[in-house]
Amino acid sequence: MTPAEIRPTRSVSTLALSGTGVLAALVAAAVLSATGSSSIGLLVLVTGLAYVALAGLAVLAVQGRRAAIDRVFTSLAWGSFLLAMVPLVSVVSLVVRRGLPRFDANFLSHSMRGIAGRDTNGGAYHAIIGTLEQVGLASIIAIPIGLLAAVYVVEHGRGPLVSAVRFVTDVMTGVPSIVAGLFVFTFWVLALGQGFSGFAAALALAILMLPTVVRTTEVVLGLVPDSLREASLALGVPRWKTVVRIVLPTAASGITTGIVLAIARVTGETAPLLLTALNFDSINANPFKGQQAGLPSYVFAQASQPGKPALDRAWSGALTLLLLVLLLNLAARLLASRGTRRTRLKG
Amino acid sequence: MTAPAPPTVPPVSAISGESSRRADRVFFALTGTSGALMVLTIIAIGIFLVLKAIPALQHDTTSFFTTKVFLPEAAKPTFGIAVLVFGTVVTSLIAMVLAVPVALGVALFITQYAPRKFAGLLGGLVDLLAAVPSVVYGLWGLAFLNAHLQVVNKSLNSTLGWIPIFGDTRGQYSKSILLAGLVLAIMVLPIIAALAREVLLQVPSTLSEAALALGATRWETIRTAVLPPSWPGIVSAIMLGLGRALGETIAVALVLGVSPEITAHILGPGSNSIAANIATKFSEYADSGRGALIASGLVLFVITFAVNALARLIVVRSARRRLA
Repeated sequence: MTPAEIRPTRSVSTLALSGTGVLAALVAAAVLSATGSSSIGLLVLVTGLAYVALAGLAVLAVQGRRAAIDRVFTSLAWGSFLLAMVPLVSVVSLVVRRGLPRFDANFLSHSMRGIAGRDTNGGAYHAIIGTLEQVGLASIIAIPIGLLAAVYVVEHGRGPLVSAVRFVTDVMTGVPSIVAGLFVFTFWVLALGQGFSGFAAALALAILMLPTVVRTTEVVLGLVPDSLREASLALGVPRWKTVVRIVLPTAASGITTGIVLAIARVTGETAPLLLTALNFDSINANPFKGQQAGLPSYVFAQASQPGKPALDRAWSGALTLLLLVLLLNLAARLLASRGTRRTRLKG
Repeated sequence: MTAPAPPTVPPVSAISGESSRRADRVFFALTGTSGALMVLTIIAIGIFLVLKAIPALQHDTTSFFTTKVFLPEAAKPTFGIAVLVFGTVVTSLIAMVLAVPVALGVALFITQYAPRKFAGLLGGLVDLLAAVPSVVYGLWGLAFLNAHLQVVNKSLNSTLGWIPIFGDTRGQYSKSILLAGLVLAIMVLPIIAALAREVLLQVPSTLSEAALALGATRWETIRTAVLPPSWPGIVSAIMLGLGRALGETIAVALVLGVSPEITAHILGPGSNSIAANIATKFSEYADSGRGALIASGLVLFVITFAVNALARLIVVRSARRRLA
């Protein structure tokens, strides 16, 4: 018996469904013209809803209630995905369109020193330097600590400290970025008297990176088969060497992917920068002394100012930031796919 | 003929000797220290915020929890978090109402409906939505979405104005509470969708195959076989999304029109959020004002801590029940 023989053969054809779609569009257009609205977005939305209802009714008439409910939920699932893609397309296209006009050599090579809000020149060079240094320092702090903590949790197995680290990793994931910034301000800037600096921002970013690094490393290390560890230990290799030479290299591609994603996430963090590095309009290449700009806080500052020139700078800054973050994500994806290909070849 | 020399066996001490055992101890001490450092960080966050918040609270001349205005640098410092907590909670709740159904739809679409071949690619697109920095969403919400939502706000008010939350906003529809909630919804949607997707993928395929073999339609399969074991994970994904929405700073700071009042009319501007208030006021204030901001930040820390701990509790409990 073929499935067609088991299931009822009567079903609504694709042609009929596309006819329903056209009908839905007509209904939507009629409804909108009756209420006097002319928004394309609204037209698409109402068309979608009308389609879900009409297609559901059509299937109800031909195939019965169960099939109709199934059809409605299938349409809703497709609909929610398409709906979720709307902001992505809108944000990316708008950032590219409004960011490109000022995204030039002048923007990438000049700071905001001596530039008033309404001036049409000025750039983000100082902010790009700041972001690269702050994110770089944050990575230098967070990656080793995160890796070691994950190794501790996975290779050590149990104990009160292990469950404490597990719990803290979960809680830290939820620490709002502004709270991380406040903490570094009270601890580093006030209590230790170190003052505002790019390094203070890096500390806050490191706090936000840590849980992501620990979590992803923990998951990937858990996937390394125990037989590998046992084989190494049975050959008399000490445990630390087993971890460093066998376990970590096996999990390397997964760990790298997680780390790159963690870096991408903190690259876009704005709130902690405002409380730790403040905002600065001139170039300061020394992250350990004095206020320093960062790309996200640059975008925020320009967007908060009145006037079109400042808004143009904000869009161009957003484009720079988005390019940076998307490149990091792309790198993570490539690393991940290379890793899976290699394991598949081995297997 | 001479007998073959016996194979040379390395002494046991060379295999697991004193030196390698010491190296082991040093290595695991190092890993343990890193773990302990994380635990210490969380404790330090709590302690330092409390230490800096106490003096500011002592100078406050009104009740911290019920006062609406936030004026810590006045001659007589008067500041409270009533409006801030209200704004934080309301914008986050709007975000959850808008984001949760769509996020679950997306997660179901990717795991159950989308063609297998494209599932990875489509999931990547959703992750991309999560990768966009919050300041970029804020800029987009301010310079693009605000204008469009104003039109929607106006027509919602004229058609559904009899519902209290859609009520009169004295003609102001720009930078509305709904706009802040909508931007937050877009930001937490990919987070909830990604976590829920992971949970749905954990359901053994034998369950859904059994349901399909019994003649269930795809939706009946999802309802009876896929969703029931996934609920604890999905609830925890929603809670984690809520935690993210509560703590989101910059997007809210850019798109919400603030005022020191509690208003239920979400189509207009009003109130403020804890995080956005800190971000916008920090550079203006001197030490006394910053102390007040830290006190409000402590409240935010406690709220998000509770939400996240609850999410974790749900997962741990359900895992334990599954084992039992």
